[in-house]
Amino acid sequence: MAMAIRVFLLLLLFLSSSNLTFSLFEDQVGLMDWHQQYIGKVKHAVFHTQKAGRKRVVVSTEENVVASLDLRHGEIFWRHVLGTNDAIDEIDIALGKYVIALSSEGSILRAWNLPDGQMVWESFLPGSKPSKALLSIPTNLKVDKDHVILIYSNGCLHAVSSIDGEVLWKKELATEGIEVQQLIHPLGSDIIYAVGFVGMEKLLIHQTHVSDLFQDSSATAVILPSKLMGMVALKISSTIIFIKVADAGKLEVVDKIDHAAAVSDGLSFLEGQQALALVQHGGSKIHLTVKLGPDWSGDLLKESFEMDHQRGVVHKVFINNYIRTDRSHGFRALIVMEDHSLLLLQQGEVVWSREDGLASIIDVTTSELPVEENGVSVAKVEHNLFEWLKGHILKLKGTLMLASPEDVVAIQRIRLKSSEKSKMTRDRNGFRKLLIVLSKAGKLFALHTGDGRIVWSLLLHTLHKSEACENPTGVNVYQWQVPHHHAMDENPSILVVGRCGHSLDAPGILSIVDTYTGNELNSLGPVHSIVQIIPLPFTDPTEQRLHLLMDAGLRAHLYPRTPEAIGIFQREFANIYWYSIEADNGIIRGHVLKNNCFLEVADEFCFETKALWSIVFPSESEKIIATVTRKLNEVVHTQAKVITDQEVMYKYVSKNLLFVATVAPKAVGEIGSVTPDESWLVVYLIDTITGRILHRLTHHGSQGPVHAVFSENWVVYHYFNLRAHRYEMSVIEIYDQSRADNKDVLNLILGKHNLTSPISSYSRPEVITKSQSYFFTHSVKTIAVTSTAKGITSKQLLIGTIGDQVLALDKRFLDPRRSINPTQAEKEEGIIPLTDSLPIIPQSYVTHALQVEGLRGIVTVPAKLESTTLVFSYGVDLYFTQLAPSRTYDSLTEDFSYALLLITIVALVVAIFVTWVLSERKELQEKWR
Amino acid sequence: MEKGKGVMVGRRWAVDFTDNSTTPSSRDIPDPPGFTRASHDQDDSTLSRQKKGAEANWKVQKAWEVAQAPFKNLLMMGFMMWMAGSTVHLFSIGITFSALWQPISALQGVGKVFEPYKDSKVDLLGPKLLFIALNLGGLALGVWKLNTLGLLPTHASDWVSSLSPAQEVEYSGGGIPLH
Repeated sequence: MAMAIRVFLLLLLFLSSSNLTFSLFEDQVGLMDWHQQYIGKVKHAVFHTQKAGRKRVVVSTEENVVASLDLRHGEIFWRHVLGTNDAIDEIDIALGKYVIALSSEGSILRAWNLPDGQMVWESFLPGSKPSKALLSIPTNLKVDKDHVILIYSNGCLHAVSSIDGEVLWKKELATEGIEVQQLIHPLGSDIIYAVGFVGMEKLLIHQTHVSDLFQDSSATAVILPSKLMGMVALKISSTIIFIKVADAGKLEVVDKIDHAAAVSDGLSFLEGQQALALVQHGGSKIHLTVKLGPDWSGDLLKESFEMDHQRGVVHKVFINNYIRTDRSHGFRALIVMEDHSLLLLQQGEVVWSREDGLASIIDVTTSELPVEENGVSVAKVEHNLFEWLKGHILKLKGTLMLASPEDVVAIQRIRLKSSEKSKMTRDRNGFRKLLIVLSKAGKLFALHTGDGRIVWSLLLHTLHKSEACENPTGVNVYQWQVPHHHAMDENPSILVVGRCGHSLDAPGILSIVDTYTGNELNSLGPVHSIVQIIPLPFTDPTEQRLHLLMDAGLRAHLYPRTPEAIGIFQREFANIYWYSIEADNGIIRGHVLKNNCFLEVADEFCFETKALWSIVFPSESEKIIATVTRKLNEVVHTQAKVITDQEVMYKYVSKNLLFVATVAPKAVGEIGSVTPDESWLVVYLIDTITGRILHRLTHHGSQGPVHAVFSENWVVYHYFNLRAHRYEMSVIEIYDQSRADNKDVLNLILGKHNLTSPISSYSRPEVITKSQSYFFTHSVKTIAVTSTAKGITSKQLLIGTIGDQVLALDKRFLDPRRSINPTQAEKEEGIIPLTDSLPIIPQSYVTHALQVEGLRGIVTVPAKLESTTLVFSYGVDLYFTQLAPSRTYDSLTEDFSYALLLITIVALVVAIFVTWVLSERKELQEKWR
Repeated sequence: MEKGKGVMVGRRWAVDFTDNSTTPSSRDIPDPPGFTRASHDQDDSTLSRQKKGAEANWKVQKAWEVAQAPFKNLLMMGFMMWMAGSTVHLFSIGITFSALWQPISALQGVGKVFEPYKDSKVDLLGPKLLFIALNLGGLALGVWKLNTLGLLPTHASDWVSSLSPAQEVEYSGGGIPLH
């Protein structure tokens, strides 16, 4: 057996060393991967609907995206993703051809060309004092044929040329103590009015009690930030009242609208007339009303739309008018829903919708698909067989170069739209799965790995704003129940953990969702606060995973709350530990469970904990900036590593290892803010059971940010070396020295060894570490590692680069045993000669030519096929693909011609029969002579 | 085709080749004077005895030759192995397995190989032993080659390379508070 594996591994090595790159051909793009582009929740929208040219809407979003969308189909014409700390304040269109965006609290102004999105100019507007950022583009203010853009930001009023972005003049207003709220430029005037408050005494120009205007005023009134002409919109609980500011400062209520959700800004579409859109909810429908202001004389438009209740309530509405063929005015409305989706309503129907909630994914987990049932209709099989045969004949034609151009197109279409990959059942290779993602809006989406379509979506009602829970946020998603024994009749489910509010001691909310149907099975909350969730390696008889939820008072709560769960938990009680990291104080504490909580109401699922150990980092020299542990579900195939000359090293494979990186407190800031002498990076490997520091390593003159990944017995981390002015990547491998004396072959054959007996951290195994550092060209956003079903396949690091691409780098390049001149035996083992920097092979970009804008995370999921791993990377965009780090050694490639094989076999069989018959006949003839 | 023709020809006419000259049935013809059958018989038997002795000698010689044949094979195998080198690939594996298979199959058919030389007067033990020894030598060469290729589980690494990691007694979780 061992020999067979060795032969296999050697062959594998031979194969893998023969080819280092895993690039793909042009026609393979889209076969196993998909890419989806999103923009995020829309904050502002500016319509550009001139008669000539394509109609478009320019939007800015909370994901800091400026995008130009096609008004007809909702597709993205172009899009720019600004940095995460470059929030967009306002956007507008200048000169009818430039998109102007004010960002970073009014300090950066950029202009893009409207048709193609190319940057025209960028200017930096410095100021002394942070203030509200305002952007105003007067339509007819000209200075020497140049249109002027007015910006109030950082306490200064700037006039910027719209042609080249040059600052024409600047006026400091903040020094006079004015807090400018609005810029007004009357038509045909050369004067700009900056309206603002001076101090607090002039705040209220006119005082009228809300209760005078509206009777039931127990709720607080909120002024809606809609820009209306001569009117103010007030929201009191679920009612919106419009108050008209009459002459002489008198206020009068114009209208009261119940169950209103959103009001748009006023849209001046005729001389002195203003339209505003209002959205109301009524059952499963939403009602859009366009009112005419300022005299409020009747409705211009009243339409109802059927709305999926999974989209929640309307958050924002933007309107735009157009002239119908009969010269009357029509209106279209762009609405932003609670789940961050964007819809265009026109002429009583939803023209298009975009699921932009997927741009802000918080957490990802996966689920298997239902098992295929055996009862498949004959007609379907026949149809499938016919299709299959047709497809393969076409493919064969392609192989034999007989295909016409149309056939080539058909082949490519068949390959891309294979019904096989988007089926809703489990496949033998485990390629088809559901990706369950939780978005910032509190919505769960199930994406099919085959084609990326949304199988179901659920707006969690526990994460819905309610009186009990003011500001709910989703935190994480966990696998709750993964049925293996009852896979046919039980559905897997996931646990969604949320929190009411952003503080750590806010009450938590829990929800369990069926992953096949997307139904909420159970929900709890608000419950105790949740600061940490520990999925335990035990399941109850119904295969629900046990979870420990830690609250802010260091108490542990066990879920599921069943007697069976408590029974299982009590058995393992003494062996369960937990640790907390206080990054601000620089303390890592280890805890152990003690006894049941002392609460007023007895709760047998609640446990007190007591501190066991603590590691205190000196606050004047070290500050924690990164921690990483192994993934819980990672499978390691073997504990031994065979090195040159048949020697064995035993990996120290422990799930209870924590990698911690600390830097000098001065060096927490940006790269280059400190000199190399006052900056250092210290990394630790800590055993989280005993608090023992297994390894400590100092990189002098290095600085964060540190991105790290921990797998098997190694950790790879990325940081900046100030002395070399380059990024570096280091690897630490950790080996168990206490097992190294297991060398006697006979004892091993007879099983006289302690290699498989359970180990305890309290036995304090002796470890040795090996470490090596390399230069790396890119700065990194995130690092992940491939994971396979059995852990046999070699690993690749998946590096999310600053260019929003994912680079696959073989772990072999980060091997501490690399040396400048490896021996022949080491070369045979596959050790690459040492170089000072890690190679970046252009073909090994997993995302090939695509970009995952705003890349935030990479998730790898093992397929059932050992060679293959599924990779999902998310940010503003989503990208999914399959990877085979050691190539697909256990399956035939996709372009393998089964038809050719089949035809060859058939031809051979036919040939055998023909020759047999011929020879029989001949023999018979000869016998008759 | 040729064979068929022969059969066809045989059908046309026949020749009886049976020679009755020595059969007792032709004894009705008296022997010529001075002819004694007995002396002829005796002479024949001494001749055959002589012949038999020569044949036995020849058989022994042949048996030794056959017994030594694997030696040549051994040399050739050694040369081939040297050519194949010590890395695992198709050629070296093929050669090694043929080097293992040949002696084994030869050893299985020891009796058959010496069947033609079997005689009550011939002592085949020596050649057989040599044959077996040489083949065992070949086998050893094959095994040695297998070992140099690293395909024999003689190292500790061969027995632990697929040993799954040991279970851990304790379990711990936690980290930076979720946000």
